[in-house]
Amino acid sequence: MKLGFLEATTLQFARALTRAMLAEQTARQPGLLQSLDPRVRLLGLFMLVLAVTLSRKMTVVAALFVLAVAIAVLSKVRIVTLATRVWLVVLTFTGVIAFPAIFVTPGHPVSALGPLTITEQGLRTAALLILRVETAVTFTTLLVLCTQWTHVLKALRALRLPKEAITILAMTHRYIFLLVETASQMFESRRSRTVGTLKPEQQRHMAARTAGVLLSKSVTLSNEVYLAMQSRGFRGDVQVLSDFHLTMWDYCGLLVFLLAGGIAIWMGR
Amino acid sequence: MHIPDGYLSPSTCAVLYTGAAAGWYSALKRLKRVLLSRVIPLISVFAAFSFVVMMFNLPLPGGTTGHALGVTVAAIVLGPSGAILALSMAIAIQALFFGDGGISTLGANCFNMAIVASLVAYASYRLIAAGAALTSRRRVVAAAIAGYLAVNAAALLAAVEFGIQPVLFHDASGTPLYAPYRLSVAIPAMMIGHLTFAGLAEAVISAGLVAYLQTADPALLCGTSGVAASDAGIAERPAARSLPTLWIAIAALMLATPLGILAAGTAWGEWSPAEMARVPPAQALNSPQSVPSGLQRLSNLWTAPFPAYAPSFVRSRGFGYLLSAMFGVGFLLAVSLVLRLLLLRHRRREYSA
Repeated sequence: MKLGFLEATTLQFARALTRAMLAEQTARQPGLLQSLDPRVRLLGLFMLVLAVTLSRKMTVVAALFVLAVAIAVLSKVRIVTLATRVWLVVLTFTGVIAFPAIFVTPGHPVSALGPLTITEQGLRTAALLILRVETAVTFTTLLVLCTQWTHVLKALRALRLPKEAITILAMTHRYIFLLVETASQMFESRRSRTVGTLKPEQQRHMAARTAGVLLSKSVTLSNEVYLAMQSRGFRGDVQVLSDFHLTMWDYCGLLVFLLAGGIAIWMGR
Repeated sequence: MHIPDGYLSPSTCAVLYTGAAAGWYSALKRLKRVLLSRVIPLISVFAAFSFVVMMFNLPLPGGTTGHALGVTVAAIVLGPSGAILALSMAIAIQALFFGDGGISTLGANCFNMAIVASLVAYASYRLIAAGAALTSRRRVVAAAIAGYLAVNAAALLAAVEFGIQPVLFHDASGTPLYAPYRLSVAIPAMMIGHLTFAGLAEAVISAGLVAYLQTADPALLCGTSGVAASDAGIAERPAARSLPTLWIAIAALMLATPLGILAAGTAWGEWSPAEMARVPPAQALNSPQSVPSGLQRLSNLWTAPFPAYAPSFVRSRGFGYLLSAMFGVGFLLAVSLVLRLLLLRHRRREYSA
C-alpha cells in the first residue's frame, strides 16, 4: 500500500529513533569492539576503511569483508541486522549504479546480452565497487553500532577536534531527538485530525507550515538554551571530560588494527 | 547525494577533506567574533532542524516525493558561516551516528552539501532578493530559486567528483577502481534526478518556510536571530582585526618592488619613443615600423617626477623603486583620507538638515 505524506514522514521518524535505540543497545553489550577504548575503535576502524578504499585487488577487499564479518560476530552484532540494514541496502543502491558499468566500460568482450556487450573490465569494476562499498559501510556500521555517542564525541576530542565543534555535535545530537519527537507528534496530531485524502498542494502547504513551526520552536529553544547556559556561568570556554585510559588490551587491539590495515594496503597495491 | 565510502579514491577524499577543513575553519573563525555562547546553541539547534527537515517526505508536482537538504533556510537565517557549520554537523551526525554517508567521504559530503550549497544558496538569495521588503513575494521566489540552485550545484560537484574517478584511478587493464562512469555519463545521470526532484524538493521547502516566516516570524529573515548581522546578510564589513594584516601585506609588497629591476626589457606596448625605435624584431611583430608622429609629439606633454621609478636624485635603482612605492602608497592614502573627510562632512550636513 502506498503511504501518504503524513504516514511516510512519521515512519521515517520512527525508523530513525529505532536505529538510534538499536545502536545504543548494541553498544552496551559485551563484545570485542565494545571492550576496546573508543579512540582505538575509531582509529582502528578508520584505518580499515582506509585500507578498503586504497586496495586495488578484489581478493584483498574480500578478505577485509570477511574480517568485518568476524569482528561483527565477536562484537555480538547480529548478522541479520547487518544483512538487512547494510548489505541488502548497499547491494540494491550500489547495484543499480554499478549494473550499467558492465556494458558501458570499454574492454575485452566476454559475452553479449542482445545488442549489449558485457566486458571483462565492466564486470570487474562493478564487482569491485559493490564489494568495496559493502565492506567499507560494514566497518562504518560496526563503529556506529558498537560505540555510544558520548564515547564517539570523547574519542573525537582526543583526536584534537576543536572543543566548540564537539560541543555543537553533542548538543545537535540531543536536539535531534527532541525535534524528531516534536515533529513526530505534530504529524501524528495532524494525521488524527485529517479525514480523507489531502491534495498534493495541501500536503506541500502542510509540510512547509510544519517545518516553519518547527523552525520557530527551534529558535525559541536555542534562546532558552542560551539563557540557561548564561545562568550557569558559561562564557564560551568549553570543558570536555576525558577520562579514558589506554590499557594493554587497547594497545594490542590498536596494533592488530594497524597491522591488518597496513598488510591490506601493502597487499592491495 | 550522500556519497558512501568506496565511491571516491582516498586522494580525492583527502583533497575534499582539506577543502572542507578550510571552509570549517573560516566559518568557525567568523562566528567566534560573535558571542560564542550565543552561537553554539543556535548552530546546534539549526543542525538538528536541518537533520529533521531532511527526513520530510515532501510531495512534489507530478505525484512523486523527495527529500530536501534544509540548507537554504539555514543560509537565509544564519548566513553562510552558520549554515556551513550547521549543515556540516547534521551530515557528520548522519555519518557517525546513523551510518548515512561514509566516514572517508565525510569531507566530500560536507564540501558539496554544506559549504558549496550554503554559499550558492546565500549568494543567489541575496542577489535575487536584493532591495526587496521583508514581506515581499520576491523573497519567496528568491528562496525557491536559491534552494533549487544550491542543491543542483552540490549535485553537479558530486557528479564531477564521480566523473573524474575512472579517468584518474584505474588499473593497468583500464578497469576503473572507484566510481566507474566518466563525466559524460556521471553528470547527466546525477543531474536528471536533481534537476527534476531533489532541487524541486529544496525549492518547495525553502519557499514555504520563507513564506511562513514572513507572516509568523519576520525577524528571522532580517538576521536578528542571534548571529552577527554581518553573517545574516545585513551588512558585510571588513573586520578591524584584518587591518594590521593589510598593512603588513602592503609593506611586504613595497619591499618587493625592487624585484621589477630583474625583469629584462620593457613591457610590451609601454615603450617610450626612444625605446620604440629600438624594439627588437621579435617584439616588433604587428607594431609600426617607425615612431608615430602623434606619440612623438605627446610624449613630452607630461614629465613625471619619478621617471621610470628612478628619481634623479637617487643613485641606487633599488632604493628608487622603494621610494617610488612609498610615495605612491602615501599619495593614494592621502587622497582616500581627503575623500573620507569630505564624505563625512557631507553626511553630517545631511543629518543636521
